[in-house]
Order: sequence, then structure tokens, then C-alpha cells
Amino acid sequence: MRSRVVNVVFAGLGGQGVIKASDVLADAAFRTGLDVKKAEIHGMSQRGGSVTSDVRFGPEVHSPMIPDGHADFLVVLAPSQVENNLHQLRVGGVLFPPELVPESSLRNKRSLNVALLGALSVHLAIGEEHWQAALSDSLPERLLQVNLEAFEVGRAAERARAGGKGPHVHP
Amino acid sequence: METVATKAPARGLWSGDEAVALAALDGGVALGTGYPGTPSTEILEAFSELGGRAQWAPNEKVALEVGLGAAFAGARVLVTMKHVGVNVAADPLFTAAYTGVDGALVLVSADDPGMASSQNEQDNRRYAIAAGVPMLEPASSQEAYDFTLAAFELSTRWKIPVILRMTTRVCHSKSVVRRRETPVPPAAPARFVRDIRGRVMVPAFARPAHRKLRQKLEEIRAWAETSPLNRIHEASLALGVVTAGVSFQHVREAAPEASVFKLGVVYPFPMESLRRFAAGVERCVVVEEGDPVLADAMRAAGISVESKAEMFRFGELTVERVRRILARDESPEAPPARQKPPELCDACPYHPVYGALQRMGCIVAGDIGCYTLGVMEPYQAMDTCVAMGASIGVGLGLRHVLPEVQARKVVSVIGDSTFIHSGLSGLVEMVYNPPATGHVLLVLDNGTTAMTGQQEHPGTGRTMTHDATGHVSIEGMARAAGVPNVDVVDPVKDPKGFEDLLARRLASNDLSVIVARRPCILAAADIRHFEKVNAEKAAQASSPCSACGSDDAV
Repeated sequence: MRSRVVNVVFAGLGGQGVIKASDVLADAAFRTGLDVKKAEIHGMSQRGGSVTSDVRFGPEVHSPMIPDGHADFLVVLAPSQVENNLHQLRVGGVLFPPELVPESSLRNKRSLNVALLGALSVHLAIGEEHWQAALSDSLPERLLQVNLEAFEVGRAAERARAGGKGPHVHP
Repeated sequence: METVATKAPARGLWSGDEAVALAALDGGVALGTGYPGTPSTEILEAFSELGGRAQWAPNEKVALEVGLGAAFAGARVLVTMKHVGVNVAADPLFTAAYTGVDGALVLVSADDPGMASSQNEQDNRRYAIAAGVPMLEPASSQEAYDFTLAAFELSTRWKIPVILRMTTRVCHSKSVVRRRETPVPPAAPARFVRDIRGRVMVPAFARPAHRKLRQKLEEIRAWAETSPLNRIHEASLALGVVTAGVSFQHVREAAPEASVFKLGVVYPFPMESLRRFAAGVERCVVVEEGDPVLADAMRAAGISVESKAEMFRFGELTVERVRRILARDESPEAPPARQKPPELCDACPYHPVYGALQRMGCIVAGDIGCYTLGVMEPYQAMDTCVAMGASIGVGLGLRHVLPEVQARKVVSVIGDSTFIHSGLSGLVEMVYNPPATGHVLLVLDNGTTAMTGQQEHPGTGRTMTHDATGHVSIEGMARAAGVPNVDVVDPVKDPKGFEDLLARRLASNDLSVIVARRPCILAAADIRHFEKVNAEKAAQASSPCSACGSDDAV
């Protein structure tokens, strides 16, 4: 008896854009009219330490934190942060490891966070216009184009991996 | 940069901190003041970005005193700080409860259960009880917005400071907020009305003021019994849960079948309503993060309730932990997942400093900021870290009693913002009660309050909005206090010179202050930009024709 809340965990190291990625997803989901909650810890951990951020959306979200083993999707930006976050994923949940989008396929390797969002977007019922709006609202203009490209690179990588099939989640 | 102001005005996805700022704006707050501290910092930053008048104080005590003065004059004031900041501000807080206010004063205490970025996890609900001031606690960003406005109403109505207690998860989580359509009418213009008996707390006036405070609290308790800020979610009669703050969200998810009494007013306790609720359910459990404050109070009032096991006093609550509390499951919890600890940035100017302290085998009385990370590998060059400013007193105490060989190795290490915050009294103590071996105070000046996200402070000479203002010189303060040896060095440009100087000062019996000055690597570009902009402004202001913009006077 799963609730219809979609749970996404982002993980990585301070400075990689973990929180930025979760902000964009939360904003895109908000634009669809759903209830959204986003939780993270920042402060001391941002000095190069582990960072995670939880985004939950659906008709009604209670706790801002995703219980262990309940993440539908786990998006990881640093290879060292995959293993220690796997426990957050539910059975049948989908992992987006950093190597899903090779650095060489990105014009700016700092866009990995947005590229993995693109990969994630293949599984979510969030319209193109909401992603576009969320990205352009959260990025400075000079970085927008390179990130929109990264988003598409991530999408293509995920379609190739899933053969266009992966689980789709409709809140 | 994305800010609150750029988002849709009526409905938005905001953090709890941003929601408090938005409420301050809609509630007609005339002044916001505080000291940066995770998780409270973003409140004043957002308030300033929204156009509110906000300023950083040198510390929380001064912030509350400035706020109190403004509220004596009839203004609405917001004062923000993290939980341990309330310790610093506690002295004026307890007596401000007696004096009360003429306008309104809301103090935000941002608690950090689980210590995401703090040195302890004290539960500041105890401050409301100890000082005798009402406390509201929101559970979401919407409530952060609504309760901030309610706190101002409460403060205005009963002329008493009100604490808004937030926790890390409420401060930093984003959720949907709907803004009030009609703003609160503005406060009457500030004016001074003499009230000597009400505001001069000599014993003769403080005695009746204390009685008056208790009378107010009783009235507020009676109001709280029926206040809509406390909500009852009626469901199963088999299980009733009493909760507040973010724990409410976990409870709704963990036990959707339970009846829930959710407190918004966490002090004074609406005890008669709680008594009725507890009597109406078969089993009543108090689910609260931190100390068993509410459970103890209910039991003291003769209400039979279950509370969580001691193991849940530590750290944050989560949905899983609430499930365990309700199931009386005290089996050991899985250890937390391995996390990479934070570390000094690769290009941090403090690397050569900690390298020298480590090589010289110093006993380091440390302090609070980014530089506390000198305790981590590879340096492990910090031996104590207790409270803001404590490095100096602790270092002096060690010097007073240690054998000479060890005493000579003691160095107090403090950052620039922390030195301004509460290092000045320690500096005076150093001059007044010098140890026989002298002492070395090392001020790590990276030109910003780095750990909390690069806020300005009096030592940078720029305001919260980065405009030029009075500049407090750290070395100037040390010289003025009477320290004989005061040096300013760049530890990156001349690491050898820094290390030699430190060795010389440690060998002498003198008092020494060494300011190791080099901008934070993350802030350096911004600092250069602010300096350039301010220099241009100053040049423009001093140009003779700036007033009319005419070129004729060349």
C-alpha cells in the first residue's frame, strides 16, 4: 500500500550542485500544482563533506524527509557516495549513478547535476515546460544554455539505458 | 540569483527561514537584527533581499538589546539567532520578559537537533519556561509564515517578547506557502514614552514587574487553551499523540490512524485542553524531539502519558523513529550510513597555519567557525572547542595551571567574526590576568563569516548589504587593550615568516596577538568586487559636482 508520493534522494559532495538539482526538481514539481517538500542539511557539511537532499511530491506530503528504503529514485553525483546511500532506495527503485552521463559527453562537467536531472525526468510525469521554467529560474543566464544541453544529454543517456522502458511514476 | 522576491507573490515554494522573512515583511517589521548561525542565517538575508531593513549585530546579546530598544520605542522587531545564540542573549532576554515591549518583539531561536552544524543540541523550549516568555513552534513553511505573524500579534497584544522556535528541518526544508492577501496595518510611528517603573529594573520596580509577567502568562495560557494555533486532528480513540513542530509531520505519516493534538503554542502549555485530549483516548503518547519537556510538564500536571524511550532524546526524529516510539521498539537502531566528513577547502589559507601548529606540537584552544576543521585529518591541530569566544579564556586557564613546558605550547585560535562576537572580553582578561608564561592569541582573519555562508561583520567594514560602514580593526583593538606584541601576517604569502614569528612569541613571556590575514578562498572574488564598488561610490561622493552631475567645474 504505497502512497502516491514520489520520493527522490540526491546525494553527492559539498560544492557539486546537489542542492541546486533538488531545488530545480522541487520547483518543477511545484509548477505542476502538486504538494512538494524538500529537505536537506546544509552548513558545516558543505565544506566538501557528504550532502544529501530529499524531494517529495504528490497530492499531500507530510514529513519532509524520506524514510530509509523509500526512495523511488536515487541520484548520485559522486562515485564515492553511491554505496553509502543505496539503503535509501526502495526495492525496485532506480539509481542514477554519476557514470550514467560520462564527463566527456558534457560541454561543462559542472553540469552533471542537471544532466542527471535530465535522466531522472524520463521517469517523471512533469511537463517539458515546467522543467524549462524551473531551470531558467534557478540558473544565471550565462549558464542556462550549457545546462539545457546537459539536461538533453542526460535524457538521451537514460533513454539508451532503459531502452525507453524504465518505470514511470505518475503521482 | 533566485530569491524569495523573484518568486510568485501569492503562492510559492519557500524554506521555513524564507517564510519567516516574508511574514516579517508582510507584518510590517521595522528592523531585523541578529547574528549569523546555522540554521537561522537565511532569515535576515531573505528579509534584506525582500527590501526589509536588516543588519548583523556583533553578537546575539547586542542584537536582542538593539531589538529591545527599538521595541521600547514602539517598533516591530525581528531578532534571529541559532539555539546557542540564545545563551549569549539570555541575560537581556530574562529581564526583557519583565519590562515587556511597546511595539512587538519576536525572537527566532533556530534549534539544531541532531547537530547538523552545531556544538550541542540544547532544547530551547526550556528557555521559554525559564524566562517566562510565550513560544510558538511551526511545523512547515506555511506555519513558519503564519506563526511569525501570530507571534507579532501575540507580542503586540500582551506587550511581551515572543520566541518563535524553529528547528533545522523547518528552517531548511522547502514547502508550499500561501501568502496573506491583506498586509498587517503598520505600527504607529516610533515615539518615546517615558515609563521608568516599567523599564528600569531596579529591585523595587522589578518585583512588581515579575508579578505582572506571571499574570500575563496566565492570561496567555487561558488564551492558548482555545487558540487555533493548537490543532486537534480527530481520528482513532485507541491512540492519541501529543506533538509539535516537524515531529507532527512524521506522526501523520507514521500513524495516519492516530488522533493528534498538535501544539502551535508550546509555552504556556494549554494544559486543560491537553488533559481533556489525553482523557479521551485509550493510549496517549507524547512525541517530541529532544528533551521530554512536554511529557514532563504533562506528568507534573497529573496527566498520565507515555513518552519516548531515552534513546530517542538524541538526534532528530524521523518517520521510522516515530514508528518505533509508538511501537515501544527499543531495539538498537542501524548505525547511520558512512558520510564523508567536511574538511578545509583545498586552497583554504588556514592550511599553512594548522601545518605550523601541528609541527610545533601546540596545545590549541580552538573556537567556532570553518577553522574548527583544523581538528580533522591531516592536522588534528585543535584540542578544545566549546563556545563562541571560549578559545581565549580556555587557553589562559590552561596556561595558568600547566607545567611551564606545556604552558608555553598553548595557543588560542579564533576567527575574525568570532573574535568580534565574543573574543573582546577574553582579550581584556588576557591583559588583566596574564599567565606567567605570557600567551599567544592567533586571530585567523579571512575577512568574512565563512562557515555560515560569508556574511559581513564589523571587522570587514561593510554592512549586511556590503555597503561601506565603520570598520573595527582587530589589531587596533588588541593594541588598544594593551597587548605589547601585535603582528599582522599573511600565512600563505610567507608561511616561513609566520612559523618563525609564532615560535618567537611562544618562547617569550609576553602577551602576543598574531593576526593571520588572508581572504577566504570562496569569498575573495566577492570581497574584491565589494571593495571596488565601495571605492567607486566614495570617489563619486567626494567629487565636487556629484550633486548636480554637471561637468562644468573641471
